[in-house]
Amino acid sequence: MSLEKKDVQRAALLARIEITETEANETFEQLGKVFDLIEQMKIINTDDIAPMAHAQDISTRLRDDVVTEKDRHEEFQEVAPATERGLYLVPKVIE
Amino acid sequence: MFDKSLKELASSLASKDFSSVELTQAYLDRAKELNTSINAFVTIDEEQSLAQARSADQKIAQGNIQALTGIPIAHKDIWCAKGWMTTCGSKMLQNFKAPYNAHIIDRFNTAGSIIQGKTNMDEFAMGSSNETSFFGHVKNPWDSSRVPGGSSGGSAAAVAARMTPAATGTDTGGSIRQPAALCGISGLKPTYGLVSRYGMIAFASSLDQGGPMARSAEDLAILTEVMVDYDMRDSTSLKRDPVNYSANLETSIAGIKIGLPKEYFSDEVSPDVQKAVASAIGEYKKLGAEIVDVSLPTSPLSVAAYYVIAPAEASSNLSRFDGVRYGHRAKEYKDLNEMYAKTRAEGFGAEVKRRILIGTYVLSHGYYDAYYIKAQKIRRLISQDFAQAFEKCDLILSPTAPGTAFGIGEKASDPVQMYLSDIFTIAANLAGLPAMSIPCGLDDANLPIGLQLIGNYFDEARMLNAAHMYQKATDWHLKQAPLK
Repeated sequence: MSLEKKDVQRAALLARIEITETEANETFEQLGKVFDLIEQMKIINTDDIAPMAHAQDISTRLRDDVVTEKDRHEEFQEVAPATERGLYLVPKVIE
Repeated sequence: MFDKSLKELASSLASKDFSSVELTQAYLDRAKELNTSINAFVTIDEEQSLAQARSADQKIAQGNIQALTGIPIAHKDIWCAKGWMTTCGSKMLQNFKAPYNAHIIDRFNTAGSIIQGKTNMDEFAMGSSNETSFFGHVKNPWDSSRVPGGSSGGSAAAVAARMTPAATGTDTGGSIRQPAALCGISGLKPTYGLVSRYGMIAFASSLDQGGPMARSAEDLAILTEVMVDYDMRDSTSLKRDPVNYSANLETSIAGIKIGLPKEYFSDEVSPDVQKAVASAIGEYKKLGAEIVDVSLPTSPLSVAAYYVIAPAEASSNLSRFDGVRYGHRAKEYKDLNEMYAKTRAEGFGAEVKRRILIGTYVLSHGYYDAYYIKAQKIRRLISQDFAQAFEKCDLILSPTAPGTAFGIGEKASDPVQMYLSDIFTIAANLAGLPAMSIPCGLDDANLPIGLQLIGNYFDEARMLNAAHMYQKATDWHLKQAPLK
C-alpha cells in the first residue's frame, strides 16, 4: 500500500484545503518519507491486541440535562469574520 | 530579582522589598529588550499586566496573599486568556482575541499571578523547533543560531533567558520536555487528565496536556498545585483529592527504584548526552537510589504510531477553522466550499497542512484499519510495556532528547528527522503518564542536556521529589544562558 499523488489531492479535497499542482507534488514527496516511518508499524503482529483510543479507561461522564451556559453570543460573535443580527454570514448555499 | 525562585519572590513581595508593579515592570522591560533577539513572546501587553499588578499590590497590602500573588507568569499562546490575543502561532488566529479564559488562566488568576504575556510556539503546537510559528523563529538563549525546541519553545526560551520567572506549556508528544531540555530548564507534563484542557486550543485531544515550565523542581511543584484541578468543562478532567506537591520535596529518596529502559540508551543518543545522563545516574546512586534495568520493547514504534494518532485527531480538531466563527477568512471566493478551501489554504502553514492531510488520509475509507486502528493497538502495547516496567521500578530515567539544540534550518526540510527528536518523549503521551525534564549537563558546545523522569500515573509528587533532591545535589539547573 503506497501513497500516490492522487491520494494527497483527495485528502486535500476532503480536508477542504486548496492545493496547487506544485504544492501537491512537494507534499507528496514529503508525505512519502512520513509514510515510510509510519509503515514501520507493520513489523509487529497486533492481531489479538485491543485498540487503545485514549489514555484513560473511563466512559464519558454524564451530567443533568440542564442549561449551564449563559447567552454570550455577542461576545463570541465579536471575533467572527462576518455576522448580522446575531447570525454568522456565509456564502449562499441554497439558491 | 531576576535570580529569585517563586518562593523567594513571594517572600520578597510579602515583606515589601519590592512591589508587584516594580517586579512586573522589571520583567516586562527585560522581556521587551531581549525579545528583539530571542522572539520568545508574541504578545506583551503592559497595560493589562500592570493593571493586574496594581490589583495584586492592593491585595498584598490587605494581607490577602495566595501562592503566586503579584508574580508574573508567561503563558504559551495556546491558552485562551480573556482580552488577550491568542494566536496559537498561526496566521489563522492572527487577530483572535479570546472571549473567555482557559481554566488554568482562571486558576492562575485565583492564585494571584500576573499574566506577563503570551509566548511564541510552533503553529498549533505542531513542531519540535519553533520554526513553524507564523510569528518567526524563537532563538535559543544559549546560542542564537540554534532552535529552542518546540512546541513550547517561546516559554522555554523566556524562562531560560530570565525574561519571566516561570511559564506554562503544553505537551502532546514532548512539547514541554524537549524545549525544556534544549533550553536548560525544568518542565513537567502531568498525568493525562489532571490539568483541564478547557480553553487550550486543541491539537490531539487524547494526548494534549498542559503543564509548568520553570527554573527548578521546587518552582514546578508550586505551579503544578495551581494547574492541577478538576474541571467539569473538560470531559476528561479527573476528580481527585488535591495534592500538596511541595510537601515531600525534601524527603530522602534512598531506596527508590529507578529503571533504565535499554531502548532509550541506544546509539542514537549523542556521546555528550550519554555521558551527562550516566553521570546523573551516578548522582542518583549517591542519593541512595537503586538502579534497575527495564525494557520498553514497543517504544521504538512510538513515533510511527504517534504520527498516525496525533494527525488523525488534529485533522478532526482543526476542521473548526473554516472562516465562519473566528479566525482568518479568505477575501475572495465564489461559494462556500471555495471559502473553506481558500481560508484554510491561506490560514495554515505547511506543517499544519501536512499533518491535516496525513490525518485525513489515515482516517479515510480503506485505510482506517491499516493505519489508525493499527496505531491504537501499538499504543496499547506501549502502555502495557510501561505497566510491566513499573512493576520493577518507581521511576523511569532516560535522556529527554537524543541530542542538544540543533541549528535553525538544520532539520526544517526533512519532517521525519524533526519528528525523531521526540523519540524519547512520545511514549509517555501515548500512555498518558506523567513525565518531566530537568537539566543534567552541558555538551561540548556549552548547550544544555535534559534528563527525563517518567513516573507512574499520578506519581508527580515522587517525580518532583526525585528531581528536587537531584537539584539540591547538583547545580545544572542554576547554569545560565550566556546573555549580555
